[in-house]
Amino acid sequence: MAGTEPKVTLDLARGLGLTADEYDRIIQRLGREPSYTELGLFSALWSEHCAYKHSRVFLSRLPTRAPHLLQGPGENAGAVDIGDGWAIVFKMESHNHPSFIEPFQGAATGVGGILRDIFTMGARPIAILDSLRFGDPADAKTRRLIDGVVSGISWYGNCFGCPTVGGEIGFAPEYAGNPLVNVMCVGLVRADRIFRARAEGVGNPVFYVGNKTGRDGIHGATMASATFDDEAEAKRPTVQVGDPFTEKLLLEACLEAMATGAVVGIQDMGAAGLACCTSEMPARSGTGMEVELSTVPQREADMTPYELLLSESQERMLLVGARGREEELRRVFAKWELDAVKIGEVTGGADLVVRHHGDEVAHVPVDALADGPRYEKAHAPPAWLAERRAFEPLSLPEPSDYGETLVSLMAAPTIASKEWAYRQYDQQVGTNTLVLPGSDAAVLRIKGTRRAIAIATDGSGRQVFLDPRRGAAMAVCEAARNVSCAGGRPLGVTDCMNFGSPERPEILWQFAEAIEGIAEACRVLEVPVVGGNVSFYNETSGTAILPTPIVGVVGVLEDAGRLATQWFKAAGQRIALLGPDAVSLGGSEYLWTVHERLAGRLAPLDLEVERRVQSAVRAAVGARLVTAAHDCAEGGLAVALAEGCVTGTRGGGAGIGCEVAVDVARRLDETLFGEGPSRVVVSVEAERQREFEALMAESAIPWRWIGSTGGERLSIRVTGRLVVDVAVDRIEHAWRSGFERHMA
Amino acid sequence: MRFGVVVFPGTWSDCDFHYVISEVIRQPVKYVWHRDRNLADLDCVVLPGGFSYGDYLRAGAVAGKSPVVEALRDFVAKGGYVLGSCNGFQILCEAGLLPGVLMRNECLQYRCQSTNLLVENVETPFTRGLRAGQVLTMPISHGEGKYYADAPTLAELKARHGIVFRYATADGQVVKGANPNGSVENIAGVVNETGTVLGLMPHPERAAETAMGGTDGLLLFQSLLGTLVEDGSFLKR
Repeated sequence: MAGTEPKVTLDLARGLGLTADEYDRIIQRLGREPSYTELGLFSALWSEHCAYKHSRVFLSRLPTRAPHLLQGPGENAGAVDIGDGWAIVFKMESHNHPSFIEPFQGAATGVGGILRDIFTMGARPIAILDSLRFGDPADAKTRRLIDGVVSGISWYGNCFGCPTVGGEIGFAPEYAGNPLVNVMCVGLVRADRIFRARAEGVGNPVFYVGNKTGRDGIHGATMASATFDDEAEAKRPTVQVGDPFTEKLLLEACLEAMATGAVVGIQDMGAAGLACCTSEMPARSGTGMEVELSTVPQREADMTPYELLLSESQERMLLVGARGREEELRRVFAKWELDAVKIGEVTGGADLVVRHHGDEVAHVPVDALADGPRYEKAHAPPAWLAERRAFEPLSLPEPSDYGETLVSLMAAPTIASKEWAYRQYDQQVGTNTLVLPGSDAAVLRIKGTRRAIAIATDGSGRQVFLDPRRGAAMAVCEAARNVSCAGGRPLGVTDCMNFGSPERPEILWQFAEAIEGIAEACRVLEVPVVGGNVSFYNETSGTAILPTPIVGVVGVLEDAGRLATQWFKAAGQRIALLGPDAVSLGGSEYLWTVHERLAGRLAPLDLEVERRVQSAVRAAVGARLVTAAHDCAEGGLAVALAEGCVTGTRGGGAGIGCEVAVDVARRLDETLFGEGPSRVVVSVEAERQREFEALMAESAIPWRWIGSTGGERLSIRVTGRLVVDVAVDRIEHAWRSGFERHMA
Repeated sequence: MRFGVVVFPGTWSDCDFHYVISEVIRQPVKYVWHRDRNLADLDCVVLPGGFSYGDYLRAGAVAGKSPVVEALRDFVAKGGYVLGSCNGFQILCEAGLLPGVLMRNECLQYRCQSTNLLVENVETPFTRGLRAGQVLTMPISHGEGKYYADAPTLAELKARHGIVFRYATADGQVVKGANPNGSVENIAGVVNETGTVLGLMPHPERAAETAMGGTDGLLLFQSLLGTLVEDGSFLKR
């Protein structure tokens, strides 16, 4: 062993992010002091990022079973059966910490990492969605972050050749010091050709494939498991640097290698790099692994075993091949001009044995590494919550002009058009995208079948902040509702849980409650959680972000020709509002934009009603009874109608006005801008009105006609009084420029 | 007509072109690997979009020196058709098979959006079924699509009607506001002297089916196949 290595002590272990207890556990498991290299392995694999130390006990409460589920949590990604022999592989992951330190590369490598998670399963990535959260775009530093993140996503996804088809961007001051970059990737694979991250078959060769290893990203997993202070800049070297071109070659080479039948198992070298793969793959299969580090392709000279094991250099995979078929594998990777080097083999023991130039530098049971500590720490609701919830939004004065209020809401960055971002993304490569960014859900066809899939992401930090359980359940409902509005039947959920430090009881309480909320909603809507990730420690200098579970939902449409988008298509159509009347200004976009307050109670959520509303919307879309279907989300009914008027103008066409009348005896701001779950606005051709009414009667959901499309103005009457009457042009201008004016 | 779709390391519109040729216009098509020099059994070679060789150095610069592109010179000399879209256009310019260069978009950002193209030259095999002044709608998706040629090259290009498409408004006005990347004189696509090599930044393969939002891209293939008659209507099969 190299003589320059530091001496292993408790202080050194602490410096690497381990606690005294954890250090003792390591000594117990090994029956001796770990070597420096071994300590490095433990520090990475027992980091929060890899081991889910604080979250695992809660995550086990999520429902993960369904008849159509092909792969649940625990692999590189989850998979669901969409019929006709095809499966969709999908997962969402966060790259928040790296993106704050270095927005361009942080976001780019976030895309790269999740793409690899998908194609290691044997699936070709067909769609990317990004869920982003930032501070106020009026702030110059935030603009720099937005610009860096969006161009990083654009650079990596576009060069790789996977379309970015959706997602959302939200803004709140709580994200200023800690933006969220959550990336979801969706891939397509034959249902019987899914690959898994397993190291089976004693004597099978272990191949290192892809990019060479450098000193980049060492201890990235540990970095992502700590909060930020003013020294965040100093952590820039822990951020990896991406190469989308190599990733594209790796994709093609891996899929081609898999097609030969000579691949036994494969795993992406993501967080904790080689250390993670060489322990997790055998741990899943009850085997061991021996590797010789000097054979690892290296980009820098004199790398130590510690560095080689913990480097997070991008675009690399660990592949277990079938013995005797090494040449076939080498030939495929050579065709794509990539390294494919045998660095070891699968063994019968249960140990990871690492050698460097023949010297043993680590010898550890794989279970000990892969089975990190689990904590169920104390959690308790924050003391300030009751007061926040008790606030009555209706104690605030009413706006003097509701039309102007609607225009200002349409210009709020969270609601305004995000074209500035998505026009930088290739949205169509693969020629599957039937519904481009800008509707409730993206829709992609599945070539060779009549089918399509619908995908949406959602998550409101404000709602979860005020009521973690209901807010998180609402996030599941909203993402599923978006998929249903497009005509898709939700099949699976992936989630990214973005929270502050779990070592604080109130944060862990938010997390535990949010998990319960997601679990409840998934059970009633009958969608399993197929995987995702947890991102804790989203704090800078002691201030946490809004607790933000982001939920991604994938659904299937049996007939790609029967889909709906959110905007009105023509004048003279009837408009209906489906769902309950119950809404609240608590945690609403209106309350924040107009009154700068984050307080109040959320509207009630009846999951059974939610399920029926979604089912009714899908039935109406499937029967081609609706020409548009749009979820009522941020900004409530008035904003949903305004979006129906203007969001179809992408090709340069004119907006379509509407005249709406509602009879609700609430205060006007609550009626117009109050937010509540299970509500959908649809438009129906006049001649299909009776048919639609019959279908709604069958569905047993609350609903009512509220108006019709047409004209050049959006007008809303409440109990007979004209309260909003604005030119569609004005609304469109506000919506189109609300976000872009900050960035241009 | 036998088509070949070239695959460089980093190409990504290869499958999309292949799909349109085999499933929409139903012609024989095969992939051509970038090291392949044998183009003998092909009538039309397609250079698709993507980031060939990562577009390191300059977009298309490395691919412009690849074995398959070297073989293209002979293929073109013998009268073969070449259609280069997006990265394919960049490669054709880098290889000197078309005049001019493609530079970083004026906005310094990637752009993926729908564009309107004014058809200027209907004397090429790719456009002979179109009307001069016709406006086609096709999407673009590129970061380096700003076409540039110096004044003498531009004059020569105009003199021989080498400019095939210009970015325009929906009603055919060639104005700055309709130009997505700042290309000189709104140029979106050009042909070589014989009209057999067409390069354009937009993606015809993404506008070849109603489900994808339009079929104007198909008109280039239809022209090429000679299935359009003089008045622009389709021949009955």
